Amino acid sequence: MTEPVLSIKDLVVEFPFRDDVFRAVNGVSFDIMPGEVVGVVGESGAGKSMTGSAVIGLIERPGHIAGGEIRLKGERIDNLPEEAKAKLRGKRIGMVFQDPLTSLNPLYTVGEQLVETIRTHLPLNEAQARQKAIDLLTEAGIPKAAERIDSYPHQFSGGMRQRVVIALAIAAEPELIIADEPTSALDVSVQAQIIKVLKKLCSSHGAAVMLITHDMGVIAQTADRMVVMHHGKVVETGTVGDIIRRPREAYTIKLIQSIPTILRQEHAATPAEAANDDGAYVQVKNLVRDFEIGKGSFTKLLPGKTEIFRAVNDVSFSISKGETFGLVGESGSGKSTCAKMIVGLLRPTSGQIIVDGHDIWAGGKGHQERRKRVQMIFQDPYASLNPRWRVADIIAEPMRTLGIARNRSEVDDRVAELLRRVRLDPSVMRKFPHEFSGGQRQRIAIARALSSQPEFIVCDEPTSALDVSVQAQVLDLMSELQSEFGLTYLLISHNLAVVRQMSNAVGVLHNGVLVEKGPTDAIFDNPQADYTRMLLDAVPDISKVA
Amino acid sequence: MLAFIARRLVQSVIVMLVVAFIAFLVFRYVGDPLAALLSQDAKQADYDAARERLGLDQPFYVQFYYFVINALQGQFGISYRLQQPVSQLILERLPATIELAFASATIALVFGVLLGIYTALRPRAFSTGVIMTGSLVGVSLPTFLIGIGLIYVFAVELKWLPSFGRGEVVQIGWWRTGLLTQSGLRSLVLPAITLSLFQLTLIMRLVRAEMLEVLRTDYIRFARARGLSQRAINFGHALRNTMVPVITITGLQLGSVIAFAIITETVFQWPGVGSLFVNSVAAVDVPVMAAYLVFVALVFVVINLIVDILYFIVDPRLRDGARTGK
Repeated sequence: MTEPVLSIKDLVVEFPFRDDVFRAVNGVSFDIMPGEVVGVVGESGAGKSMTGSAVIGLIERPGHIAGGEIRLKGERIDNLPEEAKAKLRGKRIGMVFQDPLTSLNPLYTVGEQLVETIRTHLPLNEAQARQKAIDLLTEAGIPKAAERIDSYPHQFSGGMRQRVVIALAIAAEPELIIADEPTSALDVSVQAQIIKVLKKLCSSHGAAVMLITHDMGVIAQTADRMVVMHHGKVVETGTVGDIIRRPREAYTIKLIQSIPTILRQEHAATPAEAANDDGAYVQVKNLVRDFEIGKGSFTKLLPGKTEIFRAVNDVSFSISKGETFGLVGESGSGKSTCAKMIVGLLRPTSGQIIVDGHDIWAGGKGHQERRKRVQMIFQDPYASLNPRWRVADIIAEPMRTLGIARNRSEVDDRVAELLRRVRLDPSVMRKFPHEFSGGQRQRIAIARALSSQPEFIVCDEPTSALDVSVQAQVLDLMSELQSEFGLTYLLISHNLAVVRQMSNAVGVLHNGVLVEKGPTDAIFDNPQADYTRMLLDAVPDISKVA
Repeated sequence: MLAFIARRLVQSVIVMLVVAFIAFLVFRYVGDPLAALLSQDAKQADYDAARERLGLDQPFYVQFYYFVINALQGQFGISYRLQQPVSQLILERLPATIELAFASATIALVFGVLLGIYTALRPRAFSTGVIMTGSLVGVSLPTFLIGIGLIYVFAVELKWLPSFGRGEVVQIGWWRTGLLTQSGLRSLVLPAITLSLFQLTLIMRLVRAEMLEVLRTDYIRFARARGLSQRAINFGHALRNTMVPVITITGLQLGSVIAFAIITETVFQWPGVGSLFVNSVAAVDVPVMAAYLVFVALVFVVINLIVDILYFIVDPRLRDGARTGK
């Protein structure tokens, strides 16, 4: 039997606090064989990233390895002195981080960073290192690598940057690559390419991969075996097919069930009736938004042609009362620009948005109606709640500004009622946002959106910052509130599975153009546009497990 | 890039015109200049003649036009107190101030950056605590007290260094430098240290804060994960990323060191523009004050322009800043 590349036994990582010790990783054991891709899956706080950091020796202080051992090719590495650990990094263990936008130093060219890394580990001169860097970039799928090597990170797109990061991680031919959420920050179509590149490069260089992710779909497509972690412990280990088809532990079963899938679901919303656009509750007609680029305030005065970027190009759709319209598309497709125009944060260049018969950009009555009837739920519940305000004030703000409720006891009653509606205890209204988890914060954000008694809510990626099981709860809550209050939703998401589960009708945006729209089932089961088909194919899904 | 500099230059011209206008107003309305120019028993006819001769009967925009035209030629009139052309007075004293400012800026920059890096890399060390506490003392003690303290210790008690003046100077063209003689250099030490102390602590705290921030970023973690040496990470990757705010603050501080070294110059009787200004204020020497105002604005405008150009050199993201959004 061959020796495992990485062998972790009873690993314990502890964070000592003043009066308590927090065990982030609690007795984790698993092996990774040469050339194998092992997926480590779990929700945030499960200790999966911490395990990766422990292996590469980059645990943030005051955390430390409190027990167990880590062996690389049989040689124990967890108790090495810091300098010896530093020698392993990059040379024998490579690492890929989640966010390609922040993991490259913005002030150095891609080439400088590659050459620096290569020369740290391999005995090459400047010219040889540069040639190797170009080869690596080509291998990672960057076109015209020889020209682009002198570009700065900001001149690459997210997907291209992640290729650079992968090239950097494999530069010194390490035996093990730790990929920590390598695709979570990327669009679906790019995600699929990056997974391919990672897999191809690791197999051609013979590196084993520890793939850390919360996305079962990615694991299903990439990994050979998987380790399910929960609260710092390994719940279940086995081949990917076994675990997905026959999960044994209750936690794994729950995790798999909470993953929305793009396949048809029994409880999917009723198909939209033949839409009579004129009677629809929300009508978006020929919406266009242009941005001027490359002009400052001063150069604007100079004659010359202005370059115009059309972010949203002639988009029209309508939503009937009490239904959900899903708007899907990749980053840069104009989804969020649409959302901003519909809630009234950004003036359209041309086109009309009519909510319940009022043009919201017409001024006067339409404007006032909009503020009351149209609300928004944002993506990041950590950023969208004012950290210095108490929950009660956050939820009561729309009531106060819109004059819905004035005296204190009335406001308090309404806030308590809203908190109950979003399944939170009314007593939490005295607390501050940081005392809540991500899912709870999103509930507070929903309560805030509901507090002006709106009829139409625009949800911009409402669950993409949340764990799968929490995501399922929030989506359920949204459906329940919809039937309770007869709400109309515009659901904007890059997650096709979420859209499939929630919406009655779907529109697909690509480069600002609505390439396809129609009832959800029709679009997902029988897509007409090439782009939609490509998007659907790119989705990593646990049902695609080999 | 060129468009950017052009835009900046236009902004600078506007700033200078506004400042010139304020200086002009000061010149024109802080008391009647004729009262200072003419003797007390001058007749009304003398006043009228002088008013016409000096162009003071013209409408104010015509006067302002001539003020700007003269200022562009470096003419700010004649000092009431010293009876010399103002521009000549300032030029004579400028080398002293500039040498002092650059010496103290160099001290502040070198020690500030080094100590900032040191304290950021060893956030929990005892020495860091000592330096940080010491820097608080440095910030909170007023400059004149530090100056007097230094004079007492090094000039009065130890007799190592002179306590006032510039020492011997050498004339190179119109520039009178103290950097080439031993006594000139010795005279520079105490005022330069006094002037630099505040900037030093400021730069140190700024570098430390920025550095701590940068060390937490993903690209520093990734640089560690790539196995780069500590040195390459700390001095290559981290330090350069801390430079943009440091450049901004240092630039502005250099401006204020040149413009407002008044206290230090007074304590050490340093013959620079700061002490000229203080003496002029005491004597209500309006032409000097107006010229000084324009001069200070010019210093800041020029330094800001240099700082903006430095941004381009340090941060490549600004070079093709034509992109909108992020």
